[in-house]
Amino acid sequence: MTTRAGELSPDEKKDPKNWTNRLRGRLEGLVPPGQALPDRQPVYVASWIYVFGVLTLTSLVVVIASGCVLSLGGVEWWHVTSLGHYTNSVHLWSVELTFGFMVIHLWGKFWMAAWRGKRAMTWMSGVLLFAISIGTSFTGFLSQSNFDSQWIAGQAKDGLNSVGIGAFFNVLNPGQMLLYHVVILPLVVGLLTLIHIILVRRHGVVPPLDADLEG
Amino acid sequence: MSRDRTPDSHDFPTRPYDLVKEFVIALIVVLVLSAGLAAIFSSPDTKAVTMSGWAKANPNDLAATAAGELAGTTTSAGYGAPYNTNGDGQKLGPLPLQKWAGVRLPVNSADLVLGPLSNASDIPAVTAALATWKTATPEQQTKWATAYTDALGKVDNDPAKVATGDYGPVPALSTGLVALAKTGGLEGELTSSGNFYGGDKTRSLLLLSDGAYLEDLARAQNLGGDQWGMMNEAGNSPGQPWMWLYTLWYQIEPFKSSDNADAQVWGIMMFLTLLLILLPFIPGLRSIPRWIPIHRLVWRNYYRRAKRA
Repeated sequence: MTTRAGELSPDEKKDPKNWTNRLRGRLEGLVPPGQALPDRQPVYVASWIYVFGVLTLTSLVVVIASGCVLSLGGVEWWHVTSLGHYTNSVHLWSVELTFGFMVIHLWGKFWMAAWRGKRAMTWMSGVLLFAISIGTSFTGFLSQSNFDSQWIAGQAKDGLNSVGIGAFFNVLNPGQMLLYHVVILPLVVGLLTLIHIILVRRHGVVPPLDADLEG
Repeated sequence: MSRDRTPDSHDFPTRPYDLVKEFVIALIVVLVLSAGLAAIFSSPDTKAVTMSGWAKANPNDLAATAAGELAGTTTSAGYGAPYNTNGDGQKLGPLPLQKWAGVRLPVNSADLVLGPLSNASDIPAVTAALATWKTATPEQQTKWATAYTDALGKVDNDPAKVATGDYGPVPALSTGLVALAKTGGLEGELTSSGNFYGGDKTRSLLLLSDGAYLEDLARAQNLGGDQWGMMNEAGNSPGQPWMWLYTLWYQIEPFKSSDNADAQVWGIMMFLTLLLILLPFIPGLRSIPRWIPIHRLVWRNYYRRAKRA
């Protein structure tokens, strides 16, 4: 067993009808004791490829932080001040770094067949996160309120309309796109990131292919 | 499905590892990289095209687009869902997904011209032209507008060179829209719809996209759909390189010349994304990492130690 999933905590056993006890029990059981922030890792965790997961996460932190600074100034701020433009540049480049690191992380996990050992959900949440991150950055490009936004919106509408999505997700409405970019999609990305990290800590780092504990 | 014999990671021998230190160092590295790249390469910010800029730089294109909106010959006029019912839209195989979504963002293309002129133009010739247009039958309106767009097409959209003909009020309406655009008031008329704030640019972006001006500017910067434009941005910015696969399909046949290219490309990308998500459950695909042993590089120290043991 890699986790305590499904087991009842002492509190649950004490009063299983108490909702608070049950929720606490579930939360405590998400990750095995001591594995949320362990100070040791299995001996096979010794490669530069492992760094790209944390690089993706830290890039996302910079993306969110620079995005928050842009939000403080408002939609037009970055067009009219040098500080705003520089902040926008930091936001753009941290997004480029996030995707670069994320793609390397994804390929690394693919070649390690990292879905083994009941880690399919970890893989699936990661791929979903990649796909939704593309949508999140896309709404950012639509929210720039410049020539690129106009052109990208005009082109993208045809793709989205062709499968019926454009009727609900209108890329020609920058107000709707901005709210997707700064509220809805970041919440989804944040939640999926949390789930992904919990799953990683819950199951631990995938062992090498054909690893034999007796060996 | 072969049984998964992967051992529990928690049963392996361990070594010290400082996750928090790793996170902090990575954060500093990313901060320095982002700040440095931003300082060196900045970010593109080409000013948005304005209706006034369009009217001044290429008045003939705007006048021809206006006539096309009245004739119902522009892209948006015959688009179908979600803007109107004038076209069937694209299909994904036999599935008319575009049509099924319905007309949720109704746009009457003639209103892109008549609406702003009715609200904002005080030019007597335009007021008279509007009155003539409104009292004509739909058939007569279409006849005038189609005749005028055809005539414009023969003289490179130059109204000054158009042959004499029965165009009714269409020339006055077209040039009236150009005049209104030059004042800078057209965006507001198209986006506000009576609302002081008016943040929805659907109507103004549809009008802009119906003309050739925006596309000409975009193509000059290699942003066209057949120029890998969907992953590029203006200037030398990296844009969205992660869109390369989506963009790739538009560069090759049969999608390049397909009337349903957008739906087909979306269908392919959704299928591939689903395939990637479900990879752990797909026999064959999930075994590729075993067949091409790149993992031997990742875990080379572990395998070397295991062999010695």
